[in-house]
Amino acid sequence: MDAALLEVREVTKRFPGVLANDKVSMSLESGEIVALLGENGAGKSTLMNVVYGLLSPDGGELYYEGHPVKVRSPRHAIDLGIGMVHQHFMLVEPLTVTENIVLGNEPTKIAGVIDFSTARKAVAEISKRYGLAVDPDAVIRDLSVGMQQRVEILKALYRGAKILILDEPTAVLTPQEVRELFKVVRSLVDEGLAVVFITHKLEEVMAVADRVVVMRDGRVVGEARPSETDMAGLARMMVGRDVVFRVEKKPSVRGETILEVDGLEVLDERRLEAVRGMSFDVCAGEVVALAGVSGNGQTELVEALTGLRRPAAGSVRLSGKDITHASARQSIEAGVSHVPEDRHRRGMVLEFDLAENMILGDHRLEPFSRHGVMKPTEIARVTEERVAAYDVRTPSIRVLGGALSGGNQQKLVLARELGRDPKLLIAAQPTRGLDVGAIEFVHQQILAERDSGKGVLLVSLELEEVQGLADRILVVYEGRIVKEFAAGEASDEDLGLYMTGGGGDKFAESTEVSVKGLGT
Amino acid sequence: MERAGKASVTHRLYGLLEQIAPPLVSVVIALAISSLIIWVVGYDPVRAFSALFDGAFGGPRQIGETMLRSTPLIFTGLAVAYGFRAGLFNIGAEGQLFMGGLVAAWLGVALAGLPTMVIVPIILVAGAAAGMAWAFIPALLKARVGAHEVITTMMFTFIARYIVSWLVTGPLKAPGQIPQTVQLPAESMLPKFTDILPELGTGRAHLGFVVGIALAVVVWWVLKHTTLGYEARAVGFNPWASETGGISVSLTTVKSLCLSGALAATAGVTEVIGLHGRLFDQFSAGFGFTGIAVALLARNNPLAVIMTAMLFGALSAGSGTMQLQADVPSKVVFIIQGLVVFLVAAQQLAVWLLRPFKARGGVENA
Ligand SMILES: Nc1ncnc2c1ncn2[C@@H]1O[C@H](COP(=O)(O)OP(=O)(O)O)[C@@H](O)[C@H]1O
Ligand SMILES: [Mg+2]
Repeated sequence: MDAALLEVREVTKRFPGVLANDKVSMSLESGEIVALLGENGAGKSTLMNVVYGLLSPDGGELYYEGHPVKVRSPRHAIDLGIGMVHQHFMLVEPLTVTENIVLGNEPTKIAGVIDFSTARKAVAEISKRYGLAVDPDAVIRDLSVGMQQRVEILKALYRGAKILILDEPTAVLTPQEVRELFKVVRSLVDEGLAVVFITHKLEEVMAVADRVVVMRDGRVVGEARPSETDMAGLARMMVGRDVVFRVEKKPSVRGETILEVDGLEVLDERRLEAVRGMSFDVCAGEVVALAGVSGNGQTELVEALTGLRRPAAGSVRLSGKDITHASARQSIEAGVSHVPEDRHRRGMVLEFDLAENMILGDHRLEPFSRHGVMKPTEIARVTEERVAAYDVRTPSIRVLGGALSGGNQQKLVLARELGRDPKLLIAAQPTRGLDVGAIEFVHQQILAERDSGKGVLLVSLELEEVQGLADRILVVYEGRIVKEFAAGEASDEDLGLYMTGGGGDKFAESTEVSVKGLGT
Repeated sequence: MERAGKASVTHRLYGLLEQIAPPLVSVVIALAISSLIIWVVGYDPVRAFSALFDGAFGGPRQIGETMLRSTPLIFTGLAVAYGFRAGLFNIGAEGQLFMGGLVAAWLGVALAGLPTMVIVPIILVAGAAAGMAWAFIPALLKARVGAHEVITTMMFTFIARYIVSWLVTGPLKAPGQIPQTVQLPAESMLPKFTDILPELGTGRAHLGFVVGIALAVVVWWVLKHTTLGYEARAVGFNPWASETGGISVSLTTVKSLCLSGALAATAGVTEVIGLHGRLFDQFSAGFGFTGIAVALLARNNPLAVIMTAMLFGALSAGSGTMQLQADVPSKVVFIIQGLVVFLVAAQQLAVWLLRPFKARGGVENA
């Protein structure tokens, strides 16, 4: 029997207070894609950082091509043929693609002068061989995230990687880029490489993996072939209990109109028109989803509705009251709650503890303060209550917001925004970066809000989320609403078509291309 | 998924230790290096430091001198610390201090005849208001057009110093050779401790010290227990989240810098009505700038500012005795001060430089 390309045996890694890897074993063969699946904090990155020589294990062994090895450093890993692309790229932004790829391994002419023509040729060659088209002379900082990732992959290939580890590679990509990446990964294994694909997304496992290793709480809890299992089975392994994907949804009971947006126009930072005349409304007891590809005016729309950006034209009314030019504070006080798309930047203050974060936006109001003096006991009491009600897992409410995991941070934001009992909830990409357990929770909360007679405006890039939660779907494209669907009326393909500018007659020409591009 | 749960008491104790340890280590290292320097240039470090200590705490008069010299540093330290908490670097505390001193010297004469209990509070409030006004324009420039406060408050420091320079050599000059204002009448002065209880024997120390401690407690309370302080800290940490939470970032900036200016100006007021009794060109030994070091060493904690201001005050009070008794030039104290500041700054710089890496780790585990 042939030895595996890489074998991890009983690797243990401890951090202060955390057993990140507990006797983890797995193996990897040439020509296969192994997905490493697990919730955030399960220990996936830690394990692969051990393999890549970034962390030294507290116990266990690594076998490479049948021989025991101690990977001392990433440099050593690279020499062995192990490459890794981290979630955060390690590229030199002002340099070109070629320069970045050969950095540290430059072909030289006499006297150490870098031989750029040879370098370019070598880069062009591997980029062609693996079907990773990229302009070798482009400067990194001008490239999209997807392209930068491609450069990272090329860098590993250029150094002769036989194993490529990708740590949550899709987290930063658009759906189109994800599909592209899957093709690339497939072509790599066709060329004989082995790929470890770290993810917490089940669909990705089903779409790309040959084999999946599931981790939970630092241990390997199962292994499977996607063809022999289903998402529910994987989810159960990963979370340790049954998970509902499509949250049960009662029929919507529509009440009076809560939000009325009329002819709204909003400019972006560059003073270009990002929202070009949107009109729609949201009623009590319904979830209206704004579906669209990122960058089609959603961010600016949400900022305008929440008082963070002044609209250039049009009007916004909340329960009949004009809030077009309301400040963020007035908007909150009028009854608009906002779950921002960027948790760390807008959603919370990472340096504040949970109690301080819980009152952000309500800190001037009773019961949290009176005449400008805060009431610590009340603040603590309400925080404890909400932390319990929204299942924010934390040792204490005095822990800093930045110390929570992403899912718990989002629960904290939800607890705050829903806890103040708003009329309207505006949730922008509320499940971005969360794992299935947390997604399920967030979805349940959003629907509960709807069922209690609130209006919900959901902005999402995830078709599944839109389809699962919405009572009405508005498709946005280039700052306009191009189509409205009732729940269940549109297929993913229909939505995709309109989201990319197809669908209407005047788009007839681009339609074909888009349909092809979207083929799943 | 979660870190091991800790009882919140140990959690807090640990947090406190984590806060106190680094500045303490800086001070100890600074003293060690200074000893080495003193020894290398041929003096006895043990004698030098015991003389220094003697000069700072050896008796009531010495303790009084330490209190006297800490007083302006408490105010400027608080001023800079409050600014930092709101994400502002008020490098121009010195200028605000000058405006406070100016108003004190003027009102001290203008209000002469009223009882001390009336004059002194008025001067304190008016002086603080002057500092507030002096910080208002840089604050407005920051809020409106984003002009950086490091540049603008510094510019305003130059302006303040030249105004005072001009006034004490011209319009407000007292008769005689020396460019200074007239001596304030006794009723305009902050009482000394010995005015109240002569047995104390604390020399020149005045009630400004008590005002300083009281203000430190007030600033601590404002930061921790009022919406004003909450908003300042929120904006200091994360202006975007603050904005989303309905906090006006520009208004908070203006309020915070003005408050910082008021605190800094109080240093000028107490120097004039507590110590000198008049205004002259050199009435501040760069207290506004030393305040930056005081705040940094205190890690912007208002209560810790009392301690760090007293450390700097003690160094300054003891330096004369060190020169007299151990023959060590009093300037050596500047080396110690410089080392403390350098080590604290270096440590904060290291934290600051490491921040992106910490943040990166945090995001990856998000
Ligand atoms: N450098 C570190 N220091 C301390 N704890 C860490 C460190 N890196 C990871 N951890 C902890 O180890 C556990 C596993 O983390 P990680 O491997 O990043 O999980 P995953 O990649 O599966 O999301 C988590 O509890 C995390 O907080
Ligand atoms: Mg990870």
